[in-house]
Amino acid sequence: MTALLTVENLDARHGLLHAVRGVGFTVRAGETLALVGANGAGKTTLLRAIAGAHPPAGGRVLFHGRDLDAMPAHKRVALGIALVPEGRKLFGQLTVEENLLLGRAAGRAGAWDVDTVIAAFPNLAKRRHARAGTLSGGEAQATAIGRALMTNPELLLLDEVSLGLSPLAVDRVYASLATTMSGGTTIVLVEQDLTRALRVADRVVCMLEGRVVLSGRAAELTRDEITDAYFGLRGKVAA
Amino acid sequence: MTHDIRIERWTAASRAAVAVAGLLLAMLAAGPLFMDANAVDKLTTLFIYIILGTMWNALAGYGGLISVGQQAFFGLGAYVAVRLADAGMSVYPALLLAAAIVAAIALPISAVMPRLRAGEFAIGMWVLAELAHLVVNLDGLVQGETGTSLIALNAYAAETRHAATYWTALATMALLLLALFALLRSRTGAAIQAIRDNEEAAGSLGVRVLATKRVIFVLAAFGAALAGALWLATAITFQPKTYFSVQWTAYMVFMVLVGGLGTFEGPILGAVVFFAIEAWFGDAGVWYLVGLGATALLFSLYLPRGLWGWLQDRTGLRLLFVGYRVKPAP
Amino acid sequence: MIWLNQLIQGVLLGGYYALIACGLSFMYGVMRIINMAHGSLAILAAFALFVLADQYDVSPFVGLLVVLPAMAAIGWVLHRAVLDRSLNGGFLMPILSTFGLSIVIDNLLFQAFGADTRSLAPYIGTLSYDSWTITDDISVGQLAAGTFGLAVLLLGGLQLFLSRAPLGRAIRAVAEDPDTVGLVGIDARRVSAIASAIALVTVGIAGACLAMRATFDPYAGAPQLIFAFEAAVIGGAGSLWGTLLGGVVLGVAQSLGAQIIPQGFLIGGHAAFLAILLARLNRGGLRWPRRWAA
Repeated sequence: MTALLTVENLDARHGLLHAVRGVGFTVRAGETLALVGANGAGKTTLLRAIAGAHPPAGGRVLFHGRDLDAMPAHKRVALGIALVPEGRKLFGQLTVEENLLLGRAAGRAGAWDVDTVIAAFPNLAKRRHARAGTLSGGEAQATAIGRALMTNPELLLLDEVSLGLSPLAVDRVYASLATTMSGGTTIVLVEQDLTRALRVADRVVCMLEGRVVLSGRAAELTRDEITDAYFGLRGKVAA
Repeated sequence: MTHDIRIERWTAASRAAVAVAGLLLAMLAAGPLFMDANAVDKLTTLFIYIILGTMWNALAGYGGLISVGQQAFFGLGAYVAVRLADAGMSVYPALLLAAAIVAAIALPISAVMPRLRAGEFAIGMWVLAELAHLVVNLDGLVQGETGTSLIALNAYAAETRHAATYWTALATMALLLLALFALLRSRTGAAIQAIRDNEEAAGSLGVRVLATKRVIFVLAAFGAALAGALWLATAITFQPKTYFSVQWTAYMVFMVLVGGLGTFEGPILGAVVFFAIEAWFGDAGVWYLVGLGATALLFSLYLPRGLWGWLQDRTGLRLLFVGYRVKPAP
Repeated sequence: MIWLNQLIQGVLLGGYYALIACGLSFMYGVMRIINMAHGSLAILAAFALFVLADQYDVSPFVGLLVVLPAMAAIGWVLHRAVLDRSLNGGFLMPILSTFGLSIVIDNLLFQAFGADTRSLAPYIGTLSYDSWTITDDISVGQLAAGTFGLAVLLLGGLQLFLSRAPLGRAIRAVAEDPDTVGLVGIDARRVSAIASAIALVTVGIAGACLAMRATFDPYAGAPQLIFAFEAAVIGGAGSLWGTLLGGVVLGVAQSLGAQIIPQGFLIGGHAAFLAILLARLNRGGLRWPRRWAA
């Protein structure tokens, strides 16, 4: 399998804070990569840099081997990179359906349209014409993911989908994502729940204070290894 | 516990600058003794421009309140001065009292207008200016757009008049600058700049946002009114259309954008530049105004920090320093 | 009965105010920018139509076919060259940039056309003074009624565009959160430029209506900006129909004010505006079209 996404020595800043330091990893087509790490480790900034929403201070992001350089976010969506941002960032005054329809702007053809998205997230069926600002946490997350799916991405970036959701809602979201994951879409997801991350991911990358401190196949890493890396007790980088 | 740092309120350059400024003021004060009437008159105009520029900057650059209606106070200052003189008051005290009265009028206004959002405030002040213009026109003394004159000034000989107006302008300009300088270096000044940088954050720290904005609003109104009254003393005639024209805001915007929005020295520089440009190009009629507007536009797009702001950014130079410097202790 | 007539005239005048206000409101709703050159641009359109009518014998209605696309292009360029760039200097800078621009436009027009007042009335047959007489005291001008009808059509059309069309949806999304739209593949700057173009088309239409029903001169832009702003703020609510309501309230306040004293026309409008502003503040929170609701 070829590398779909390569992050090379990426640096990113948040004002004076050096949020991402020399991060590098590869994601192959069809893989699911879990990005774990404590709050403030730089995961959100990293995802935003890949999506084009945050200008990197150094390093490169390569998609299909092509350096994305300073390409703006909306052009990356046309290429096939979609980010479900932290905090959902729905357009509250627009309805669920309108939020989804926005995803058509990228003009990418594919299996996803409003009906298939609602089929994948059945809890949205009744809320189709409701203002996005009135949705519950789980419904909002479903809409945000659906909106990204509507762009028919090759690479789906998910930032903390379980944030603020009840365990039941999280289960539902992941159940809906299961088909996407097995269907060939490449996914990079940020997940605080280690058990769930290990369950759904093929590979895991652990970040601490902006750096990668551990990476490897989910099947080959133990919980303890990851927890140690998470808290900075020991570092190990595997292929 | 040792203290590793020292807080400084002055730099070497700023100390020197203040000394130079004092010297300059002393020299200017002696002006009418050796300059001809024309030069005296011209410098008076420059002082008025400096007042207008620094007061608009106090409101916009420090207070974050962009007003397109300061001509309201400019015109009212002149109008109240006319009325006071008509009532028998001596001219020069009338000028000062007029400004004070207009400041008193601005006080209740300051409880309302600064609470508006940026765009609403900008045009809301313009509406106030238009309303002030219309109301003043209703006064029989003013005779609508025909206007009236400050006849009381005829009691003075021309030379005395020029000198007295000059000294009044110089003194009030210096005092206003001093007051603004002191204000900005005080706790209120820190509050003002905090509000400008991030109103919400300032409020959450306990800064009394509205009260602070009101202080600047009233000060700026006082300054504009004073400028209007002084202008009346130089121009002698009062035609509402001239004094309440939004053209005055255009001049203030030009001075502040070119000089440096949000810096202390900037508007003074801007006023000097404006004065010079008016001296050279003022006769070009409409093209002069086109040039002013185009320059303001270009500065806003390509040099938003103005000449002084640009200089400050490149050299770190602060002549009239209103901030704090943290230095390691010796 | 005179009062009723004045009321009706005020309502009809409100139609014009809604026209001139909707572009300003639209631009603020989408980009958070108050375009201080708004009025001057309306006068620019009026002069363009005047030149076409006066020198080329082109009827103003036909002239619009040329002027409106030109206004759209100006809107696009305005956004790219001025509005977008001025935001780099802070969110208050566009006010100063467009203010400078308005001075340039006003004075260039003066340079080109002089101080004389002009009007398009001579070029539209009898339309500027044709009216329907309802009673002895009440008559309704055909042009005024037409302007009001046009305002309703335009506002309705815009509303429909915003709620149904994909571009309208995109505009609403940009109005709400310009930073996030990039993540769904929408180019915020391009959408804003298009919104700017749309706004200026409405400005062109408003300029034409002004020129037909009244006289104008190079410095007439400033009053039009103030009226547009007053109507938009009075209307308040985040929908285009609020602009119509605001225009009507302004028109009525002015017309009734004129009945009281001759200078009452302007005083009435400004006083009503300030009173409503005050009332809203005291009720807690001023609502200026914050977002573009369907």
